[in-house]
Amino acid sequence: MLGYIKLAILGFAVVVAAVAAGLARDLSYQIHALIFMVSAAIAFIWLIRRVSEPAPVVDPNTYMDGPVRFGVIATAFWGVVGFLVGVVIAFQLAFPWLNFEWAQGFMNFGRLRPLHTSAVIFAFGGNALISTAFYVVQRTSAARLWGGSLAWFVFWGYQVFILLAATGYVTGSTQSQEYAEPEWLADLWLTIVWVAFLAIYMGTLIKRREPHIYVANWFYLAFIVTVAMLHLINNVQIPVSFLGSASIPVWSGVQSAMIQWWYGHNAVGFFLTAGFLGMMYYFIPKQAERPVYSYKLSIMHFWALIFLYIWAGPHHLHYTALPDWAQTLGMTFSIMLWMPSWGGMINGLMTLSGAWDKLRTDPIIRMMVVAVGFYGMATFEGPMMSIKAVNSLSHYTDWTIGHVHSGALGWNGMITFGALYYLVPKLWQREGLYSLRLVSWHFWLATIGIVLYAASMWVTGIMEGLMWREVDAQGFLVNSFADTVAAKFPMYVVRGIGGVMFLTGAIIMCYNLWKTVTSTAERKPASVGSAVPAE
Amino acid sequence: MGLLDHHGKIERHATLLLVLSFLVVSIGGIVQIVPLFYLDNTIEKVEGMRPYSPLEIAGREIYRREGCYVCHSQMVRPMRDEVERYGHYSLAAESMYDHPFQWGSKRTGPDLARVGGRYSDDWHVQHMIKPQSVVPESIMPSYGFMMNRELTRKDAEEVIDIMGIYRMLGHPYTDEMMDVAMTDFFAQVDPFGDPVADRYPGAQQRNFDGQEAVTEMDAVIAYLQMLGTLVDFDTFVPDASR
Repeated sequence: MLGYIKLAILGFAVVVAAVAAGLARDLSYQIHALIFMVSAAIAFIWLIRRVSEPAPVVDPNTYMDGPVRFGVIATAFWGVVGFLVGVVIAFQLAFPWLNFEWAQGFMNFGRLRPLHTSAVIFAFGGNALISTAFYVVQRTSAARLWGGSLAWFVFWGYQVFILLAATGYVTGSTQSQEYAEPEWLADLWLTIVWVAFLAIYMGTLIKRREPHIYVANWFYLAFIVTVAMLHLINNVQIPVSFLGSASIPVWSGVQSAMIQWWYGHNAVGFFLTAGFLGMMYYFIPKQAERPVYSYKLSIMHFWALIFLYIWAGPHHLHYTALPDWAQTLGMTFSIMLWMPSWGGMINGLMTLSGAWDKLRTDPIIRMMVVAVGFYGMATFEGPMMSIKAVNSLSHYTDWTIGHVHSGALGWNGMITFGALYYLVPKLWQREGLYSLRLVSWHFWLATIGIVLYAASMWVTGIMEGLMWREVDAQGFLVNSFADTVAAKFPMYVVRGIGGVMFLTGAIIMCYNLWKTVTSTAERKPASVGSAVPAE
Repeated sequence: MGLLDHHGKIERHATLLLVLSFLVVSIGGIVQIVPLFYLDNTIEKVEGMRPYSPLEIAGREIYRREGCYVCHSQMVRPMRDEVERYGHYSLAAESMYDHPFQWGSKRTGPDLARVGGRYSDDWHVQHMIKPQSVVPESIMPSYGFMMNRELTRKDAEEVIDIMGIYRMLGHPYTDEMMDVAMTDFFAQVDPFGDPVADRYPGAQQRNFDGQEAVTEMDAVIAYLQMLGTLVDFDTFVPDASR
């Protein structure tokens, strides 16, 4: 019966989307409606071929790993896409002719930059978070995912969101708020997907068989619920037409700025930090085969981290028209945030106590440790840059870009690569990875790439900050703005090369993971007992 | 560490963990955001500020669409070099009609908060078509395609829909402004048209791109040429409370 209701809903969705595509007021909306139409039609055809068959019997004592496997593939795929777009726009800044004449209305830097940021944060990072969350919550709760096929809806629904966002940016649909660029239709769709994600996660936790909720799950849960709150409040908007992509955000001026950076900084704090700390708390102990270093430290740094992070937003608005008290609060909390951030770093690193020798033999653990190291570096640099005196120099410069990439490439990228190397043999029942040597190649390419990136951005950032404020003995400004642009050229090339190295590493990873699935020996099933093996 | 022993209760109760996490993360936002809606210096009215004219809205929407905010800030900080380079520091009130704010976070290009009136229309047209022709060091992409994109009545209707939403959100558009919005949209590129500045003081009115057709280039330049020009800083006296 349920199958027929689903069919009716999907059929209705196809028709509505087709009509909307026909009546669309702009190109973005037309593409979005077509994406919905095709997605619903594929789901309809898939379902109608199975609706009359009896539902396959699922053993509730097994894990649901289908969406995790797809999530791993999506993570690797979107990672490469996101890094590639990053490399393209890095070189566009060095060589502006790469904003090709024939692609002016679609591929200028201003349109590709949101594509890059969203692809790496939401497509690469988001898929990594969703798939590892599904994997970890099942293992640490000793329970199958709650909600049955809802997990498939979350996976595919999220890919649809990514397509909506990406096609929107290129065709000019943007809310013009950083990291929150998608407009009303994509925002609504993401809300539905996210609520389903939260429901699955909570449902699985509630039906867990372990008495305690493992620490990784605290971080995942805080990430899911906080991102929901941020997304809803930052995206209050009124569609210009229900047949067009454009929408007008309700907040304006100072309020809009504060809400945007409350959102923006906590996209970093919860999407890219809390969620990824959840990954760290599962995969590092598993790969090192050691328990988490300190339980008490994990309690303290969890609550301190989630409480303090949410206050840090105003450090993006130092010396602007935002009231001083709000700026000072933002700076103070950002500095305090250093401590719980390093609490997480210490807990991750010290988990290797007694297993440090593995750094020599296991390139995966090396990757994870370097990830935590970059996390520690970025969470020291961040509080430092949030000090108003430092910020007066660093704000608006490339230093900020370098800081973000130490965190994103070093911490988020490396911990995700480590998790993927851990997961693929497990998920596809393989004896081990195809080649550890290739993992080492990936490790060194990525690490040197990040160092080139961060170092070149420190140099340009501090240089341009100093050049902007330089005055001569008579009190006149020494440099025109254009002088500072010209001075940055060599560093932009170095940054681009760093990006190419990081991208190359990721492509090597994809090849390695592909060969792992296709040409390594299958692992023999461990035991055939009905009990779930405690992994 | 007696307190930490009680943490076990939270760890064994998923809903409790969810609710407590949510409460903890909601505090910071409430303290920092809510006061901004009633404090005097964030909702002050400054003489000269007015809602955007129809053509300026069209230009601003193009500015958003092309992602100009990615490389250009619109926020002059009160530091010596910035005030000398760009002009008077930005006031909160100057972005009160900006949904959303366009302060930006990066200056790959210079700040634009006060770019209005700094360059001629011809300079802007040349700069958009080939930035390197007027600023050799520039790394800005070309936006020449805007010369060929004609704005029609359909585009003007979209702008009027947006004005309707702005009005709903409290922008002081009068009934008269709404009634003649379509005329104003096209009049602003016609030097001999009905003066738009009667309703939108300080609005620039002329053929911005030199072409007969009304194009996206006209709209963008109309928007750029009014940026930061509305408040007269010769007579502006900052409120004592700021």
